[in-house]
Amino acid sequence: MDGDTITRLPAATDGAGAAPAWDATTLPYLLRLGDACLVHAQRLAEWCGHAPVLEEDIALTNLALDQLGQARALLSLAGRCEGRGRDEDALAYQRGEAEFLNPSLLELPHTPPGDSAPCFGRTLLRGFLWASFAQALYRRLADSRDPALAGIAARALKECRYHAEHCADWVVRLGDGTAESQRRMQAALEDLWPYTAELFEDDAVDRAVAAAGLGPAWAELRPAWLASVEPVLREATLRMPPDTPFRSHGRRGRHTEAMGLLLAEMQSLARAFPGAVW
Amino acid sequence: MPGEVALDESAARAVLQRVLDPELPLLSVVELGIVRECRVAADGEVEVVLTPTYSGCPATEAIAEAVELALLGAGAPRVALHWRLQPAWTTDWIGPAARETLRRHGIAPPSGAAAVEDGAAARPLRLHRRDVACPRCGQAGAERLSAFGATACKALYRCLGCREPFEYFKPI
Repeated sequence: MDGDTITRLPAATDGAGAAPAWDATTLPYLLRLGDACLVHAQRLAEWCGHAPVLEEDIALTNLALDQLGQARALLSLAGRCEGRGRDEDALAYQRGEAEFLNPSLLELPHTPPGDSAPCFGRTLLRGFLWASFAQALYRRLADSRDPALAGIAARALKECRYHAEHCADWVVRLGDGTAESQRRMQAALEDLWPYTAELFEDDAVDRAVAAAGLGPAWAELRPAWLASVEPVLREATLRMPPDTPFRSHGRRGRHTEAMGLLLAEMQSLARAFPGAVW
Repeated sequence: MPGEVALDESAARAVLQRVLDPELPLLSVVELGIVRECRVAADGEVEVVLTPTYSGCPATEAIAEAVELALLGAGAPRVALHWRLQPAWTTDWIGPAARETLRRHGIAPPSGAAAVEDGAAARPLRLHRRDVACPRCGQAGAERLSAFGATACKALYRCLGCREPFEYFKPI
């Protein structure tokens, strides 16, 4: 962040002066996580004013707020890593679809395929799958050799724990609920599950970052993630779908058709009024 | 006395003691544990190190602005603000006196130590703390009405004794 006015946050100065071990693989690694938080925040915020009950309206927008805060910190760091003077806003509002590196899971709409209305249970299930993953990732990133990344992770970890608990509560309540809620949750799980495979795809970016001690390869996190997810799905009486060969590729910039529409809405103001500030 | 600095360190700290959190205007930023360091340089510049609370706390920028304006208003020639993320802010940094202030204002203070990560996986159905004491009647045991309250840092509970709803400052 540029710090030109006092209403802008000054950049965190943890480890200022220490040369981080950044290389060409660090930027995509940071963007994958930062974009995931941003896109998840955007989706969660779509429930604002539309959630089934007031308490959940507040809950989902609070989850969105935390995710947006994490995205801001991570994208600011990514901007510094990139070194081309782009701040969090430039990265959020002035990139095209193929430059976003979030896993496809998080960009999928709330409305199930073939349905006409958003499904609250599907949103909470995705929130649970992601928060469980984020917890496993942040737990490891809290030990990153990069002090700024470690600081962001240590704080985000506690928030994601609360998110995971809140979402898990609903997954169990709806999964082990009425016949209709159980049917919807099982359908949501079967639709979303194939997209979780992408989270654990191994590639050169992850391997290089892991070797540099900046963060874990996401593939390493699968056992910890499954250990969090399995007991909750079991308690929710949901059947874990079998793994399939399907792979999404959001982390490499190849998105589902939902992504363009999401960005069109998220970026519309910034594109209509370039340089607009509050 | 010529050359005397406008604001010494204890005066600067006293100023910060009066900067209230915009969303919890009963506690100062010092009482909340947001202010980590405060130093005054030889030329009078006040350097303040802050640790932000929640990633999504909408008050973060307002707090930075309030700290800067308060110090400038008290005579500091310049203010240098820095954010420090590590160690991450925890409700454990809210001291006993500040907890009592929260309770007096009808907000149950965060219970237990939050800084230690228990490592336990999500525990559905057994998630909600029931050891929250009512800030009004003092009875332990309350039901949670909403996981999130009026601000990101609070949840809404209801006392099972006096039936009064109250806010609970979530431990993180």
